[in-house]
Amino acid sequence: MYKIVEKRQLAPQIYLMEIEAPRVAKSAKPGQFIIVKMDEKGERIPLTVCDYNAAKGTVTIVFQTLGKSTLEMAEYQVGDNFSDFAGPLGQASEFIHEDIEALKQQKIVFVAGGVGTAPVYPQVKWLQQQGVQVDVIIGARNKEMVILEDEMKALGATVYVTTDDGSNGHKGLVTEVLKGLIDNGAQYDHVIAIGPMIMMKFVAKLTKEYNIKTTISLNPIMVDGTGMCGACRVTVGSEIKFACVDGPEFDGHLVDFDEAMRRQAMYKTEEGRAVLEAEKSSHKHTGGCCGGHHHE
Amino acid sequence: MSKTRVPVREQCPKKRVTNFEEVCLGYSLEEATQEASRCLNCKNAKCVGDCPVSINIPGFISHVKKGEIAEAAKVIAEASALPAVCGRVCPQESQCEGKCILGIKGEAVAIGKLERFVADWARENNVDTAQVEPKNGKKVAVIGSGPAGLTCAGDLARKGYEVTIFEALHEPGGVLVYGIPEFRLPKETVVKSEIENLKKMGVAIETNVVIGKTVTIDQLLDEEGFEAVFIGSGAGLPKFMGIPGENANGVFSANEFLTRNNLMKAFKEDYSTPIKAGKKVAVVGGGNVAMDAARTAARLGAETHIVYRRSESELPARVEEVHHAKEEGIIFDVLTNPTQVIIDDKGWVSGLRCIKMELGEPDASGRRKPVEVPNSEFVMDVDTVIMSLGTSPNPLISSTTVGLETNKWQCIVADEETGLTSRERVFAGGDAVTGAATVILAMGAGKKAAKAIDEMLMGKK
Repeated sequence: MYKIVEKRQLAPQIYLMEIEAPRVAKSAKPGQFIIVKMDEKGERIPLTVCDYNAAKGTVTIVFQTLGKSTLEMAEYQVGDNFSDFAGPLGQASEFIHEDIEALKQQKIVFVAGGVGTAPVYPQVKWLQQQGVQVDVIIGARNKEMVILEDEMKALGATVYVTTDDGSNGHKGLVTEVLKGLIDNGAQYDHVIAIGPMIMMKFVAKLTKEYNIKTTISLNPIMVDGTGMCGACRVTVGSEIKFACVDGPEFDGHLVDFDEAMRRQAMYKTEEGRAVLEAEKSSHKHTGGCCGGHHHE
Repeated sequence: MSKTRVPVREQCPKKRVTNFEEVCLGYSLEEATQEASRCLNCKNAKCVGDCPVSINIPGFISHVKKGEIAEAAKVIAEASALPAVCGRVCPQESQCEGKCILGIKGEAVAIGKLERFVADWARENNVDTAQVEPKNGKKVAVIGSGPAGLTCAGDLARKGYEVTIFEALHEPGGVLVYGIPEFRLPKETVVKSEIENLKKMGVAIETNVVIGKTVTIDQLLDEEGFEAVFIGSGAGLPKFMGIPGENANGVFSANEFLTRNNLMKAFKEDYSTPIKAGKKVAVVGGGNVAMDAARTAARLGAETHIVYRRSESELPARVEEVHHAKEEGIIFDVLTNPTQVIIDDKGWVSGLRCIKMELGEPDASGRRKPVEVPNSEFVMDVDTVIMSLGTSPNPLISSTTVGLETNKWQCIVADEETGLTSRERVFAGGDAVTGAATVILAMGAGKKAAKAIDEMLMGKK
């Protein structure tokens, strides 16, 4: 059993939970994900790691309620247990294998959309702690939906916020902010975009024009998360990759986003669909494809 | 002496295709003793030689003859920790039963059905077959809780070792749980109880531990005090054909389809994991896994086809499985090979383009090679395609264990007799070494490795 030691609501529909999982906490790296299963009859839900503390033996996850399973998960309280919590899964972010001095010479910008801000956090944290100064663009529907802004600032990152309605920061899309920064002279070497699929698609489209290396993170449908089921297969360049073991991070200029979006909709139930319909008007920043759960 | 076996009762095909309960109902005590009485108790019993775990077959059958079922169970337990499983899924026709003298002029003794009867009876009557030597204080780690791992763990526990099994999924059992369907191998009554028997012998099972990710083999040896490791991680990676349209919505690997249904219990309404079987399903492949996928799809209400590129006599599946599948209405489209998945405007499967095949010259496997019949392409009207083309070992362990040698198929290289790998104190066996094979061969490998680990740690060699 895996105990919930902290729970916070970060935004309407977005929850943070810190879970006791010592083995996972000890091995987790930025970019990786875990699979949580609430009880005997629950689904295996893949969620990107938001933070981890090896000394305390805990792992932090952030999720958005989109349908039956995630709504049920939001009902769990501090002291409750999840029956299963497996990980860390997938490959760690590429930069953790790079030379720190070389990283310090690079200009890295993160583009975080909605609940996708959560998996950006451990990457920014790792880099800032190694002395690598990074920029972060956080996009959300409105002020209320912006998460982890203060936490990112506390790490020392330069944070730009943009919202659909202008209630926090810039009014408009993350791609506009990114384009503005580039056009005003920011010499970015690497863009790391995590958020709704449609956002990542358009960030990659923009950075392709500027020829800037771009990494995105997928969170497709999966069952086991260890390479067994092949449900998470994605076309990258001319190759078929399994997001769970080859990813979840891939070269944004090579991913077939249209196919990935189509596959993500495979198990959507009426309920999940209704939620998405309601959010359609502002789908650029929200939607649930990141850090969320995809069987609904 | 009857030349034919006592027939075994089965659920009638029309009824069983609407449920997930076990197809074969097994022998009664009376039927079992009657069938056992056919055994000639050969002095030089050929059946034993062809059993990968060398069960004393005439020995246990002679107890069944006399109605001494608990004694029979103890005889089997000396060699096998999973008799209720083996009695159900072993390919007896090509092993023990294939060598039975009675098979020359009539039907072989139904050894598998007798083993199953004994194991089920022992479970229902709480026969304790777990005899464990005093603890010797030595720790061994077993990776994977499928047939290889369970067997290795059981044999070592019996010898007094402190064994911990690490399982990546949330439920122990490996392929017995995620792969083989309920209607061939009941999970709650059969698999779980055999695993409980191991726990009673002191085997610890840690689930949700993905070796190579959560913890490495080196950490187990260097930091956690294990003196040897056995890798029985199976062959879990699905293969795809590489044809156009294969990433369409509605194309699944047999692994995904079966895991959703078996491990995640998608067929039960109160479980949350969804499954889509569609209305018309093509299962591509001809092995036991293809039969399992097809029969599962049929139970979920689909018209189901097996699409296989060779002819029926080359089907790699067991004869019994093919027979059961046909009884359940599965349509066999043999000498047929898919060339393209046709996709509708929303990205879903709307058909499967296939080409007719004919058999040419024998290939490397000795089977006649299928060749395309020119201009014979046609489109099958299906909305779901399940690829059942075989599996290969998962590289998660080999890629995170320095010095662990693998071959070009990603199989771990291990000594055939001992299971020893290129790494000291690290042994391997089962599908992780051989590629996809059978439950009983994996058990045989687990057994050999347990013996070798014992000899190494006790300094016998």
